[in-house]
Amino acid sequence: MTTAPLPVSANARATTTRRGKQTARRLLIGAAWLTFALFLLLPLLIVLGEAFKQGVGAFFTAILEPDALAALKLTLLAVGISVPLNLVFGVAAAWCVSKYEFRGKSLLVTLIDLPFSVSPVIAGLIYVLLFGAQGYFGEWLSDRDIQIVFAVPGIVLATLFVTVPFVARELIPLMQEQGSTEEEAARLLGASGWQMFCYITLPNIKWGLIYGVVLCTARAMGEFGAVSVVSGHIRGLTNTLPLHVEILYNEYNHVAAFSVASLLLALALVILLLKQWSESRIARLHANAED
Amino acid sequence: MSRRTSPVIPGFGLTLGYTLVYLSLLVLIPLGALFLKTTELSWAQFIAIVSAPRVLAALKLSFGTAFAAAMLNGVIGTLLAWVLVRYRFPGRKIIEAMIDLPFALPTAVAGIALTALYAPNGPIGQFATELGFKIAYSPLGITLALTFVTLPFVVRTLQPVLADIPREVEEAAACLGARPLQIVRHVLLPALLPAWLTGFALAFARGVGEYGSVIFIAGNMPMKTEILPLLIMVKLDQYDYAGATAIGVLMLVVSFILLLAINLLQRRIAHG
Repeated sequence: MTTAPLPVSANARATTTRRGKQTARRLLIGAAWLTFALFLLLPLLIVLGEAFKQGVGAFFTAILEPDALAALKLTLLAVGISVPLNLVFGVAAAWCVSKYEFRGKSLLVTLIDLPFSVSPVIAGLIYVLLFGAQGYFGEWLSDRDIQIVFAVPGIVLATLFVTVPFVARELIPLMQEQGSTEEEAARLLGASGWQMFCYITLPNIKWGLIYGVVLCTARAMGEFGAVSVVSGHIRGLTNTLPLHVEILYNEYNHVAAFSVASLLLALALVILLLKQWSESRIARLHANAED
Repeated sequence: MSRRTSPVIPGFGLTLGYTLVYLSLLVLIPLGALFLKTTELSWAQFIAIVSAPRVLAALKLSFGTAFAAAMLNGVIGTLLAWVLVRYRFPGRKIIEAMIDLPFALPTAVAGIALTALYAPNGPIGQFATELGFKIAYSPLGITLALTFVTLPFVVRTLQPVLADIPREVEEAAACLGARPLQIVRHVLLPALLPAWLTGFALAFARGVGEYGSVIFIAGNMPMKTEILPLLIMVKLDQYDYAGATAIGVLMLVVSFILLLAINLLQRRIAHG
């Protein structure tokens, strides 16, 4: 009749631990949901709520107004120039970093990441110091009637600066992991450098490339601080969409500000979808490689 | 000078040359201009600018709120990473996908959204008003804005590390009689700490320089709620290029030290 005390207490302890684990699990999931709702969902909902406060008509008036369309056009121009340039740079940088060993490589990688740790306002400031009226090249430029700062070229330059690292950063670890054996095989079989790149490298890095481009586009489209310094804020001329939001907001035109903001929010959600999609393709590549 | 490990793979000179020229023209030479401009100031002038009470107040505010936001992210980021990696539950995919919203959303949009939310008459701000304090237009609002824009850093650096810890290690510890808190302290913490610190440092560095999301919610009162990047803007608007440059250099030096610390940490992770 005497039961050994040890198994019972061990059993009881296992049950309490299991029950404790279940409670902890529920509590943590609940806390995560609460954090998500409070920190991410609410800000998103309030943008939409404020935008449609006065109905769909006011929303469309705000986003179809000529100044808003001009801002959209300038934002697309900045994205259209900076993303392809940084794409080419990213591939070149990832290529030399991942395929070769050379002295100073880790310094180079640090330099590529440098724009991430520079405040966007400083990114704008340095171009004002170079190309502004009082800048180092100011006189030379004004003699030739070229305007960079407070004009479109300045906006493009500032956008380029803040988005330099995105593609390189995604490609470097991916290409390092893949190694160069496939490229070497292609070369030994007689492929030219260009053929090797198009038929071997490009298909291998395709999804990482898309991922980097998506992140780069998001930042280029939304950049505020750097662009704000060099823009000059001329409505219809040197205003990007985020700057247009600021102007409308400071004029207490909240419905219009949030309408344009919700347009940017929609673009951000599209970017998240594209990111999710390219991420799942990268994960699938990894799974295939492990099989 | 350079050793090529793959002599059959072409393009070393071309890609390295292009990378260096592009980086120099776009990043290094312009940043050099910033330092060149500071040499126009004497050391005493530089010190006078960066030790002005308004600059010191902004410095304290920028670094203080960025630190507080990084700490807050350290807590909620760890929570989110843990739940997303360890549990399967309804809506997990939505949270997982939306974590990156702050990186995809333009900071100005985040700024006005958070201001609307936390303003004294806003949906959350009104509760604070009833309790007798302000969220927007105070350092607390700045901290919350910085927490939003840097939210993904800690989550995204922790997730892969957490996924790589074999469950068997925790089970083994439990079988050997470790209580849950002991497992956290002796098994999980040492494995997660380096990545946590990296995420923390990234969030901190980004928070110090952040501008777009903060200026709407800050209220921008000199000495009280004025951040360093805004002070640079103010000086620029007054055509005080020397002042703006000096503050810029101050921020850059601190950022560089942070970047160096991050890199050292990453090296320690790779080798330990």
